[in-house]
Amino acid sequence: MSGKEYRTITDVKGPLVFLNKTEPVAFGEIVTLRLSNGTIKNGQVLDTSDDLVIVQVFEGTAKIDRESGVTFMGDVFKLPVSTELVGRILDGAGRPRDGGPQIVADEKADIIGAAINPYSRQSPHDFIQTGISAIDCCTTLVRGQKLPIFSASGLPHNDIALQIARQAKLKGSDEEFIVVFCAMGITAEEYNFFRSDLERTGALENAVLFVNLADDPAVERIITPRLALTAAEYLAFEKDYHVLVIYTDMTNYCDALRQIGAAREEVPGRRGYPGYMYTDLAMLYERAGIVKGKKGSITQFPILTMPGDDITHPIPDLSGYITEGQIVISRELHQQGIYPPINVLPSLSRLMGSCIGEKTTREDHKSVSDQMYAAYAQGRELRGLVAIVGEDALNERDKQLLDFSGVFEDKFLRQTRDEDRSIEETLDLCWSLMSSIDTKYLVRLDQKWIEKYHPENKE
Amino acid sequence: MSNEGVIYRISGPVVTATGMNAAMYDVVRVGEEGLMGEVIELHGDKAVIQVYEDTSGIRPGEPVLNTEETLSVSLGPGLLTQIYDGIQRPLATLEEVMGVFITRGVDADAFDLEKNWKFEPVVAKGDTVESGQVIGNVQETETIVHKIMVPPGMSGKVKSIESGDFNVTQTVCVLDDGSELQMMQKWPVRTPRPYRQKYAPDTPLVTGMRILDFLFPLAKGGAAGIPGPFGSGKTVTQQSLAKYSDAQLVVYIGCGERGNEMTEVLDEFPHLIDPNTGKPLMERTVMIANTSNMPVAAREASVYTGITIAEYFRDMGYDVALMADSTSRWAEAMREISSRLEEMPGEEGYPAYLSSRIAEFYERAGRVETLNGDDGSVTVIGAVSPPGGDISEPVSQGTLRIVKVFWGLDAGLARQRHFPAINWLNSYSLYPQSLDQWFRDNIAQDFPEVRTQISGLLQVEAELQEIVQLVGSDALPVDQQLTLEVARMIREFFLQQNGFHEVDAYCDIHLQYKMAKAILSFQDAAKSAMANGGQLNDVVNVPARTDLMRGRFEKGYVDTIEGMIKSMNEEIANTVEEN
Repeated sequence: MSGKEYRTITDVKGPLVFLNKTEPVAFGEIVTLRLSNGTIKNGQVLDTSDDLVIVQVFEGTAKIDRESGVTFMGDVFKLPVSTELVGRILDGAGRPRDGGPQIVADEKADIIGAAINPYSRQSPHDFIQTGISAIDCCTTLVRGQKLPIFSASGLPHNDIALQIARQAKLKGSDEEFIVVFCAMGITAEEYNFFRSDLERTGALENAVLFVNLADDPAVERIITPRLALTAAEYLAFEKDYHVLVIYTDMTNYCDALRQIGAAREEVPGRRGYPGYMYTDLAMLYERAGIVKGKKGSITQFPILTMPGDDITHPIPDLSGYITEGQIVISRELHQQGIYPPINVLPSLSRLMGSCIGEKTTREDHKSVSDQMYAAYAQGRELRGLVAIVGEDALNERDKQLLDFSGVFEDKFLRQTRDEDRSIEETLDLCWSLMSSIDTKYLVRLDQKWIEKYHPENKE
Repeated sequence: MSNEGVIYRISGPVVTATGMNAAMYDVVRVGEEGLMGEVIELHGDKAVIQVYEDTSGIRPGEPVLNTEETLSVSLGPGLLTQIYDGIQRPLATLEEVMGVFITRGVDADAFDLEKNWKFEPVVAKGDTVESGQVIGNVQETETIVHKIMVPPGMSGKVKSIESGDFNVTQTVCVLDDGSELQMMQKWPVRTPRPYRQKYAPDTPLVTGMRILDFLFPLAKGGAAGIPGPFGSGKTVTQQSLAKYSDAQLVVYIGCGERGNEMTEVLDEFPHLIDPNTGKPLMERTVMIANTSNMPVAAREASVYTGITIAEYFRDMGYDVALMADSTSRWAEAMREISSRLEEMPGEEGYPAYLSSRIAEFYERAGRVETLNGDDGSVTVIGAVSPPGGDISEPVSQGTLRIVKVFWGLDAGLARQRHFPAINWLNSYSLYPQSLDQWFRDNIAQDFPEVRTQISGLLQVEAELQEIVQLVGSDALPVDQQLTLEVARMIREFFLQQNGFHEVDAYCDIHLQYKMAKAILSFQDAAKSAMANGGQLNDVVNVPARTDLMRGRFEKGYVDTIEGMIKSMNEEIANTVEEN
């Protein structure tokens, strides 16, 4: 459906077009703009009243003048969804980018997405094995979780995300994930990296890509993740797939949000980001989960780069308050040449407790994970002390812990980009590394696990 | 002017209507779908409305209907065990009507209006009843008697009173002026319910968490703030309080928080047993879950919905505890709406009235003499989520100005896996003075002195640690090394508590006192042993001390601890002879 074309633009400012005297226009309605040179642009209504309508234009406002025609499409933004989406590459506004045909829709889904009733959710408890020891042992990922990677520029977060996408599986099941990949403002080079990796491993056939690159309009980035999540919801809750949504880079998304806020002359919050950014991010992150009575699930893996490596910056800060933990990438480890450079100390998986143990991973998992963490934390702390007083001043226990922290990084964290360790391999590795510490110092390990799993007792 | 107007403007959750006779805070129905909203500003003929549901697709020109009532909650039997959204719609009913996703335009009764309850009158025909007086009882759950009260503002002689099974809308009592009383009443959420007078609190809210009860106690009727950065354990602490505190009723508000977290609570609570009554925890709980992605205006309302329900139970003479997790999300909802109204912002974009709204909210806590002459209380515990963990921001500061208890969560402690990660150096409670008498009378005469000694040791440790950072602990004199050991025992044995451990999660207050005494006893024994030539290393490593410390994870510790202290002291004394 399309209605009358209006030529009543009064102001154009940044990504916003202001026009007056229209028939009643719905809030959130989709708009097409036809420029004098014939170009077509799309937008959405941000504010509507009898006198004035404000339209946010996705493709940028270049060449829009007062003669441009504006048509209101009579409906809010919807994504045509069907299983045909799988294997396709779409642009940031949901149009085919791979040269393929338009998606034939089973139905059209509202991209804003309704909130899941908390009463209808099901607690996530299925362990996802990523094959990366640091994650599987210390910040275990659960199906239905939203676990972001807090990284910074120049760090290999993309490699880690891809490795997870390749290797993630449910333990004891060959059910595969459908990967929904959402690129927001990343460079063509990064995108090609993702795409060629997915192609190389054949994962592309089981993936949907929504791509908004750095030179695509910034405003479009506001809808790109919503499209991706709408596709994910359809595949998970209508078609029973387990979906892994990777989006990168949330920092670009938030900057686009700030850009629109500034153009609307809104009162800015911290560092110029809009005051509603928490709610806005929650509307994305909260679309992860498992729902009673549905087979599928949505697991989210957002990637964000912390400006200036600052974890208190509003973007990681607000994300951390919404997501169920975080995986923090460390520049220090990266510079030591360790891949994956995951700093387990500030990393956390809030849902880990519900998915580890005898029935899912292994009975000693919790105990081992606590001990590894504690020993490494103490070892790291001792490095500071050694710098002041020298290694000779340490007692036997401290020396062992100090040495352990090095081994932890070199043997436990470090693995190759295609090394897929099973959880048993990871836990056995932990035991063999911990055996360099005297058993009496391993106070967090239960005696019964020491008897069963400690290398000394195994032979 | 009529009570029906038309929409003039829509901007997100803020809608402007014209041509309608409206008063401030009237509840209106917006658009063809009848979305629920509330009038929050008037400009001449224009009424500005905050809408509690998503407004996409709504157009100017659609109708707006004024209900001419203010935002109210329904109060009556059936409230307990319910799980509501921010505007008191039961989530279970919403699921039945709309499926797993929350769509809009659905109205739902707060509880079953058809269900019959057994009403037992406590007044007779001819009695004079005052406003707020109890006229009858309903056994709502095994532990809770729901008292039916004369709604505030009504009074008179009882013309007739019923007895037997009725639903909440049937008349159970008629007064001589003809007014009919039902078991259900309504109350506007933004108005505090009346009481006769406020008392000074004199009884602690016992939470079973050692660091809270022992070092930073909260009074029944008091208010506490828990600020902390993400990952520091705010939610776990709040949930522990909801599970184990000795309030008779709990109202838990999940305000703008994670969906999966709420689900965890919803899954867990029905299976948990209240340690104070032995009955299912759910039977004393009302829950409000307005997660971060649910409409922001309903989030703003959720804390008022919660506290009004809490006050209603207080008026029956109960001790009610209310947890709000997190008040920062509530403040952000205010900020979001304020910025849509283009109000002049105060600090960090928050509206200038932020601190007065926070103060008004916490002021609804208190221990009161109810209109019925009973003693009831509402204790408010609000979590705060300061950006970057920096509590110099407006919400934390506004909260700290009004609450008397500050439980400061610390990211550093959380990272060391020290839980609850409450910082013992910067947290405080202003209640000990008014509560000490209770502790002396009910726990032990020297309770306050033991507390002072324990917190004193922690202070000394903090000072010593600064030196240790520079020179290492071996450079300290032995007596100071012992102090460090004792302080370490306080931290690891006493302050750390595993909220998920079957036994350790809840620690009886008498046991808390015994554990504190055990630490001091260790200190005394060690001191005297060392004065007689004992070595610090031997003293610290006596096996009986390890047993004593491990014992807290075993059932029946309260009975065995005395014996364990005795054997520890003996072994410590023996170290002298060995030399």
